Amino acid sequence: MTIAVIALLCVPACAGIACLWLPGRIAGLVSAASGIASFALVIALIPGASHRDLSWLGFARVDALSVVFLLATAFLYACVAVYSIGYLNTATGHGGPAGRRYTRRFWAGLNLFAWSMLAAPLMGNLALLWVAIEVTTIVSALLVALEGTEGAAEAAWKYVLLASAGLAIALLGTIFAYYAGARVLGPGYNLAFGPLLTVAARLPHTAIRLAFVLAVLGFGTKVGLFPVHTWLPDAHSEAPTPVSALLSGSLLAVSFYAILRFYQLAQAALGPRFPRDVLLVFGVASLLLAALYLLDQRDYKRLLAYSSVEHMGILAIGVSFGAPIALAGVLLHVLAHAAAKGNAFMGAGVLVRKFGSKRISAVTGGLDLLPWSGPLFLAAILALSAMPPFGIFRSEFEIVTGGLATSGNAVTAILVVLVTIAFFGLSVATNTMLLTPRRQPRLDSRLQAPGTPVLARGEPSAWMVVPVVIGLAALLVLGLHPPADLTGLMGRAVAALRGIA
Amino acid sequence: MSPAHAPGVFTGGANVIAAAILLAEFGMFRQALVRDQVRLYAAQSGLISVLAVIVGAVHHLPELYVLAAVSAALKVVVIPLVLRRLLWGNRPPGAGTEAGDIAGSGALSLAATVLVAIAVAAFGFFAAGALPVPGGAAPAIALSVSVAVVLVAFVLMIHRRDVISQAIGLFSLENGISLAALVVAASLPLILEVALLFDLLVAVIVFGLLIRIHHGRAESLSTTELTSLRG
Repeated sequence: MTIAVIALLCVPACAGIACLWLPGRIAGLVSAASGIASFALVIALIPGASHRDLSWLGFARVDALSVVFLLATAFLYACVAVYSIGYLNTATGHGGPAGRRYTRRFWAGLNLFAWSMLAAPLMGNLALLWVAIEVTTIVSALLVALEGTEGAAEAAWKYVLLASAGLAIALLGTIFAYYAGARVLGPGYNLAFGPLLTVAARLPHTAIRLAFVLAVLGFGTKVGLFPVHTWLPDAHSEAPTPVSALLSGSLLAVSFYAILRFYQLAQAALGPRFPRDVLLVFGVASLLLAALYLLDQRDYKRLLAYSSVEHMGILAIGVSFGAPIALAGVLLHVLAHAAAKGNAFMGAGVLVRKFGSKRISAVTGGLDLLPWSGPLFLAAILALSAMPPFGIFRSEFEIVTGGLATSGNAVTAILVVLVTIAFFGLSVATNTMLLTPRRQPRLDSRLQAPGTPVLARGEPSAWMVVPVVIGLAALLVLGLHPPADLTGLMGRAVAALRGIA
Repeated sequence: MSPAHAPGVFTGGANVIAAAILLAEFGMFRQALVRDQVRLYAAQSGLISVLAVIVGAVHHLPELYVLAAVSAALKVVVIPLVLRRLLWGNRPPGAGTEAGDIAGSGALSLAATVLVAIAVAAFGFFAAGALPVPGGAAPAIALSVSVAVVLVAFVLMIHRRDVISQAIGLFSLENGISLAALVVAASLPLILEVALLFDLLVAVIVFGLLIRIHHGRAESLSTTELTSLRG
């Protein structure tokens, strides 16, 4: 297991550094291999983490909870790396030295971004966890700016400024956690998470309360919780589409992981009431905002971005319910959301390549023109809307069941109503893009309507279809019958979240 | 660990330095020239290092000397140099010394925003003062001041409409947090502190890159044009 953890910390970093010098085509293959290898390494961690927590020198630590988030990140990393080969192959206007520079920076950035997100859940120390998440901000801000357009520069600036300010608040929270720990464990304490959790019952309450609220607000900026979500739709819509998939499916989840660590701490020190109430408020506000914004979007990448805010709100509400089945639903939701949102963004990338626009109104007849990606995008949207038989249906069902059991009917009813509104917004837009027949003049007609380019039926690239098929298979497996190993892992993670592991 | 041998001098000195840090924050707030803003940032960072040395001497924490040295090297020398190079690099040919003068203000007048900042600082000061957080390495007033610095830095970032002032606002926000860390987390292991500082350095470099990208596209350092993405 030690070897697997070390390899997991080295493989993507080495791939990223190597990509700075390798030519584009080889860099793509190296990145795909690195992604698949990382996923295999995380799978190798599952049996060990299902039985015991492991930590190294108070700096690295692996338990069931971190492996769940590693799974989501590594799976999406592998899919996105393969997908990006096709995405870059079909790019237009990237010839010459500028194109080569773009390709090199893209691959290096993608691998380093994945590395920082895989490193964060492996950190067994709250300060290093903070550093890892700050590194994800820095690398991903450069990736957002990569396209070089005016919108990309604006989005990257807003993102880096807001996320860094948020993380500064999270650092303040981390410092208060240190203060609390040092009061009990003495001045030599190094912010290791394991020892802090074992003495949690004796920690001073005020400091832990402050640490938790500051951490929720600070890391919540990166999660995209209301009211600090404002960078999220800009960054998701302006980044290169493979990066958007990673931002939405993995980065938000990894930041949520940091909140869960502080949740464990606050629950053990203060009892469950206070941390759950805080998360409930942030979750309901985020869900409400996202559901309303989903109704009126003109850009389909922004649409998917607001859908991410919605799902992060669902995660926060699920944790606030606190019932074991709701927590199991939350962890399953992390995995299923990574697969579904990854699929949706990868499908959106195909639409961008095919139709050359991010506007919903520019896309019609997607189902006719894209024999594979059209139906796959539709399936991804249905999965995001929690339709059976996909994984998100199962996870939201579990969260709602847990809510009815513990938190009473009112909050659960609000959750269901808002999720339904979000479904409505998503399906109206998808309906326009995929099912409306495309009015395009015949290929031989001389009287072509201006502004509607004639498009032939076909896929831009096979590389952009295969990872989406794999993602769909994962969604089906999670929805119909999660493997026994995974259920065991999540059972242990739920026990850790309830503070009884 | 109360500083029994020199209670008056230590507490008083620490409080004076904390107050000077807050004053530097207000100075940045109203300074019109970005060059002077960078200077004030360097001065503020230097004050933090001095306070770290004093706390280290009184509480016998030798690693705070190393921290103060690393922090001074980065925040007093390297970061202001990087920022200044950005300013010079961005000076359009033919423009005189006015190129550094880009500090625009927002919807409110400067006087009104200063009043807002004072109100916010007072709120932060008294709210943090009401918290029962005993046993810090520096006097508790320094913690209250640090919260006020953080809040004023937020107002600075909101009210300034140019990328360099916003970046300086963020870095001085980090200074406020360093001040809080000196009070409640003075004995944090050195390796973690240094990791945090180098993280700041990387962030500064990335901020520099993004400022360059922004300047290359928009031909200005103002953020008033950054309004195309909304909804």
